[in-house]
Amino acid sequence: MSSLPAPRFGYDVAVLGAGPAGAAAAIEAAALGLRAAIIDEHIVAGGHAYRAVPGIAPVRSDQERTDGDKVRATLGAANVVRYFAHRVRHIERVEPQWHLQAISATGARAIHAARLIVATGAQERHIPFAGWERPGVMGLAAATIMLKAQRVLPGRNVVVAGAGPLLLLVAKAIVDGGGKVAAIIDAHPRSAWFASAAELLSRPDLATRGMNWYRALHARGVPMHNGYTLLAVSGDDPALHAKAAAVDRDGRIRADAPVVGYDCDAVCCGFGLMPATDVTRALGASHAFDPALGGWHVVVDDDQRCNVAGLYAAGDGAGVVGAAAAPWQGRIAAMAVARDAGKLGAGEHEARVRAAKRECVRATRFGGVMTRLANVGDGAVASLAPDVTVCQCERLARATIDAAMADGCTTMTELQAATRCGTGPCGGRICEESAARLITLATDRSRMDVGQFPVQPALRPVAGALPGE
Amino acid sequence: MTDDSLRIREGVVRGSAIRFGFDGRQIEGYEGESVAAALWAAGIRGWTSDHAEGPPSRTVFCAMGTCQQCALWIEGVRVEACCTPVRAGLDVRTRR
Repeated sequence: MSSLPAPRFGYDVAVLGAGPAGAAAAIEAAALGLRAAIIDEHIVAGGHAYRAVPGIAPVRSDQERTDGDKVRATLGAANVVRYFAHRVRHIERVEPQWHLQAISATGARAIHAARLIVATGAQERHIPFAGWERPGVMGLAAATIMLKAQRVLPGRNVVVAGAGPLLLLVAKAIVDGGGKVAAIIDAHPRSAWFASAAELLSRPDLATRGMNWYRALHARGVPMHNGYTLLAVSGDDPALHAKAAAVDRDGRIRADAPVVGYDCDAVCCGFGLMPATDVTRALGASHAFDPALGGWHVVVDDDQRCNVAGLYAAGDGAGVVGAAAAPWQGRIAAMAVARDAGKLGAGEHEARVRAAKRECVRATRFGGVMTRLANVGDGAVASLAPDVTVCQCERLARATIDAAMADGCTTMTELQAATRCGTGPCGGRICEESAARLITLATDRSRMDVGQFPVQPALRPVAGALPGE
Repeated sequence: MTDDSLRIREGVVRGSAIRFGFDGRQIEGYEGESVAAALWAAGIRGWTSDHAEGPPSRTVFCAMGTCQQCALWIEGVRVEACCTPVRAGLDVRTRR
C-alpha cells in the first residue's frame, strides 16, 4: 500500500464520518502533516455519540455535551477541510485515488483522496414484537437523540425496553426532562450485569454514572423487570399498552412465561449497536461475523487497514467498541495512513502508535461488555407470532419469511429475491438482523453462511431521490 | 403561556419560535429543531407514508436518517423529517 503514488490533486486522506473515531482520525492526520478532509451528513461533528443541534442547548452542560463540544472545538481548530451536511452517495477507486461523490443542499461535489478512512459508526439492532409498527414506538437510539439533542420527550409515560446501557440513560433522561417511566424492561437478568463487574470497573467513572442512574430510577419507584422482553404493544396512539414476558438465557419466551403489562404513551426499544458496513462492503473489503463486535464488521489489521489498498476503518463501523475506544482507533488509522503515505518512518510510527494501541485495548474492555449486555440471544425471534411484521418497509410478516424458507431459501440474498425483504426505503438496515436470525434458527446455518442483504446503491439516500418517490 | 408539547422546557435554551405548515395545519417549531422533533412534540407521531397504504404507522423510529419512515414532502422534495431543520413557513406534507 505504501507504493501508492502521491496525488497531484486532492487530499492525502478523506475521513468519512465525523463521530468520535472520524474526528480523531482527521485531527491526527492533520497533526501528522497530511492534507485531510472530513465528510459528515450532519451539520456539526460529534456523530450519534455526541449528537448536537445548533440552537438547542442545555443550560447546564452534561457529560456528553461537554465531551462533544471538546471534539467539535478540536476539530474546528485543526487543519482539516470539513464537508458537513454532505451525503456521500457513491465511492469508487480511480487510481491513484478514491473518488467520493457527495450531495449537499447546494448540489453535487466530487472529493478526491489517495486514502480513505471509513468511520461511519453503528446502527441500532432491532428485534420485532407485535405492534412495533405503531406510532409512538421508537428505538432507544432515537430516544437518545430526541432527548439529548432535540430535547423532546418520547412521551409523558414511557416504557423503556430492550437491553444494555441505553435503557438507564434513556430512562434517566426522560425522568430528568419531566416525563415518567412506566417501566424498564431489560432482556438480561440482573446477574448478567454483576457477572461483568470486573470489566465494568475498568471505567469506574462510567460504571459509577450508570450506578447513579440506577439508584435515581429505583428511588423514584420505576418498575424494573430484568430477564423480560417486549411481547406486544397494543392500543391507538397515544393510548398504548405494552406487554412484556420473561425470557430464557437465549432470549426465548417460554409458553408459561410470566407476563407484565403497562399503560403508556410511548415505547422505546433497542438491542445495542451493529457496525454500519454499507460503505466497506460496497468497496469490496472482507467482512466477518462476530457477536462480540456487534455482528458483521469489516476485517481490519492491527493498524485499522482493510484488505483493500488505500482503505482503512475505525470506530464502531469496524466492530462496536464504544465511544471511548473509537478515538484511539481513529488515531491509529491516521498513523497507518501517514506511514503508508511515507510521511511517517517505520520507527517513528512504532513509537507513536504503541501508546495509542495500549489505550485502545483498555477502552475496548468497557465497550466490549456493553456490546454484550446490549445484545440478546438469537432465540428472541423464535417466539414471534406468524403475523408479526419483520420488514416494515415492504409490510412482510414472519409467516412470509417462514414460507420462503420452506421453499428452500437459506441465505439473505435468496430471501430478498423471493420476498423483497430488505428492498424498501431503509435498505434492509432495520429488518436484516431479525430476518438473518430467523434463517439461522430454521436452517441451523451460521450467520457467516447466511450472509447479509446485498448493498443497495446509493450508499446513503439522496434528497429528491429517496426510494418510494 | 401554557405549553402542552412534549418539549423539555426546564434547563434548555432554544432558538426563536417559528410556525410551519403540515398538511394545511400550522405547527409550532423552534429554530434548530428537526421537522420530526417539532411534529413529535406537537403529538403528531404517525402518518401513512405515500408509498404505503393502511393506518398511520411509526414515523420517527431511528431519528438518524436510517429507517426512512419519517420521510415527508418538504418544500416539494421527499426527505427525512428527522434530518431536516424546521424553518418559518416551511411547507410539509405527508403526500405529494
